Amino acid sequence: MIKYLLIVIYLLTDVIPAQYPSGEDILKKVDENMTSDTEIIMSTMVIHGRRGSRSVTAKSWIQGRDKSFSEYLAPPREKGIKMLKLEDRLWVYSPQTDRIIKIAGHMLRQSLMGSDLSYEDMMESPHLADLYTTTVIGEELVNDRNCWVVKLIARKDDVTYHSRKIWVDRERMIILKEDRFAKSGKLLKTTVIKEVFQVDGRWYPKVLIFKDMLQKGKGTEFIIESIEFDVDIPEYIFSKASLRK
Amino acid sequence: MLALKLAYRNLMGAKLRTWLNMIVLSFAFLIIIWNKGILNGWDQQARRDTIEWEIGGGQYWHENYDPYDPFTIEESHGQISDATQNAINQGDLTPILISQASIYPEGRIQTVSLRGIDPDQKLLVLPTANLDKDIDEIPAMIGERSAKNYKLNVGDYVTVRWRDVNGTFDAKEIQIVHIFKTNVSTLDNGVVWIPINQLQEIMQMEGEATILVSSQESGSIGSIVGWVFKDHYFLLTEIREMIEMKSIGGSIMFIILMSLSMLAIFDTQVLSIFRRQKEIGTHIALGMTQRQVVALFTIEGAMHSILAAILAAVYGAPLLYLQAVNGWTMPAGTDDWGMTIAETIYPAYSFGLVAGTTLLVLITTTIVSYIPSRRISKMKPTDAIRGKIQ
Repeated sequence: MIKYLLIVIYLLTDVIPAQYPSGEDILKKVDENMTSDTEIIMSTMVIHGRRGSRSVTAKSWIQGRDKSFSEYLAPPREKGIKMLKLEDRLWVYSPQTDRIIKIAGHMLRQSLMGSDLSYEDMMESPHLADLYTTTVIGEELVNDRNCWVVKLIARKDDVTYHSRKIWVDRERMIILKEDRFAKSGKLLKTTVIKEVFQVDGRWYPKVLIFKDMLQKGKGTEFIIESIEFDVDIPEYIFSKASLRK
Repeated sequence: MLALKLAYRNLMGAKLRTWLNMIVLSFAFLIIIWNKGILNGWDQQARRDTIEWEIGGGQYWHENYDPYDPFTIEESHGQISDATQNAINQGDLTPILISQASIYPEGRIQTVSLRGIDPDQKLLVLPTANLDKDIDEIPAMIGERSAKNYKLNVGDYVTVRWRDVNGTFDAKEIQIVHIFKTNVSTLDNGVVWIPINQLQEIMQMEGEATILVSSQESGSIGSIVGWVFKDHYFLLTEIREMIEMKSIGGSIMFIILMSLSMLAIFDTQVLSIFRRQKEIGTHIALGMTQRQVVALFTIEGAMHSILAAILAAVYGAPLLYLQAVNGWTMPAGTDDWGMTIAETIYPAYSFGLVAGTTLLVLITTTIVSYIPSRRISKMKPTDAIRGKIQ
C-alpha cells in the first residue's frame, strides 16, 4: 500500500510541476524582450578555424520576421558582400564577381563564411512559440543566473530542428543557452550566451558562441557591438536592387 | 609493273635519303595507331565499366531529376508503382534513391550524396551484398577515393546528418562495412551507399526512388508514368564526347608528324626532279610519255609510305603488342578527374584502324609526291636530255 502511495505521489510531483510557469508564457516574454518591429545591428563574427581566427564585421537591417539585409564591412576580403533575406529566400551579392546568387537547396547547408553557422541557420524564424510546443522541465544555473529549462518539441513535421532545449533567464527573460537536436535526439548545435547587455530596457545577448556539435573546433563567436530598436528603415533596403548599391 | 620496279630501284639507290623519309613516316604511322589504339581501349573499357557498374541496360530517371542541377535533388523522388515493383521483383529493374547529406569524418563537415540501393540487387556489379549487415548503425559502403579523402576505413563509424522529406534535421551514426574499388568515379567521389530501405525510412520516403536501373538484358521495359528512360547513347554522352575531344588532340599531333614527313617527301621529290633531268629526258627519248614519267616519280614518292609501313610493322608491331599486353598505367590521381578511367588502359588495335591508317598515309603521300612531279609534263624533252635546268 505504501509502495503504491509513493508511486502516486512521485507521478503527481513529476507530472504536475505546479511551481513552473507555462513554456508558452516564457517564450512569449522572451519574444517580447527580444523582438521589435525593426532593428539595426552592428556585429562581429569571430570564426575560429584550424589555422587561426578571423573576424568579420557586418551591419544588418531587420524588419519583422521575414526581411533582413546585411552588409559586410570588414575584413577587406569580405567587404562589400551583401545578403538579402526575404521570407524563405536568400540572395548573396559578391563584389568580386559583381553577381547576385540565390542561395537555395544544398547551398543553404554550406557554412556561412567558414563559421559554424549555415545559411539555413540564418533563415530560421526567431519566433519559437509558433513552431514548438513547450514544457518547462526544471531550473538550472547558467552564468550564475537562475534559468527556466524549457524543452521544445516541433509542432509540425517541417521544422528544421525536431527539438530544442533552452535555458531562459528567469528575471531578464533572455535565452542564455540553447541546444538543438536532430530527430534521433542527437545534439546538433549549441548556442551559449557569454555576456548580455541592456538596450532601451531590453536585455539582449552581447557575446554568444555558436557551435556545430558534430564538427571539431571552438565554434563561432558572435559579438553584438550595437543595436537599435524600432528605427525607420527605408523599404528599398529590402530589395534586390540594393544588393548592388 | 615496270614503274614499280624502277621506283623501287631508284628508292633503294637513294639510300640514306630514303631511309630518313621512311623512318619519319613510320613514326607517324606508329603514333597514330598507338594513339587511336589507346583511345579505343579507353573508350571500350569506360563503356563496359559504366554499363556494368552504373547504368545497366539504361536508366529511368524521375522526371525532376537532373544530376547536373543539385537544386533538383530534393524534388527528384517518386513512388514506385505496383507494375514497376513487379519489374523490380522480376529482376528487370533496381531502384536507387538519392539524397544529399553531410558527414563528419574527424569532425570535418563534408557534403555527400547519400544513395540507397537494394543489397540483393544483381543488375550492377556494385558490391551491394556487403550492405546486408545486421548492425545497430546504418551499414554503409564507400569507394576507395572517398575512403582516402575522408580518411575512413572498414569498421569506422561516422556521423551523417541529413534533412528528411519535410526538411527536418536528423543525424545518425553509420558504419563503413565495405570499401570498393571502381573505375567509375561518379559512384565513388562523395558518394555514400546504404541499403535503400533504410534510406527510405530515414528520409520518410517509403517506397520511393530517384532512378530505376534496368538490366542489360531487358533495357527499356516501356514507358513508366513520371519517369523518363535514358538509353546508353544518352548516358554515355560524356564518355563519347571526351573520346572525341581526345581524338581531336591526337589528330593535331598526327597532323604535325604527317606534315614533317610530307615536307621531307616533297623536298625529296623536288630535288629528284631537279637532279634527274637527264634521266627524265632519257625516259622520254626511249619512248615513255611524259604522263608515264610523272607516274613513275609519283609511285616513287608514294612507295615511301609502303616501305614506311613495312618498317613500322618490323619495329612497331612488337612495341604495340607489348603495350597491348602490359597496358598503359595512368599517373596517380587521374581517376580523380571525375571520368571513367581505369588505372591501366589496354589499347585496342583493330584491322580497320591499321588498314585505315595505312590507306590514309598512302593517299597523302601519293598526293604530295604528285604535286612536284607535275613539273615534268612541262619539260622540253630535248632540254631535259641535255640536262638543261628548266
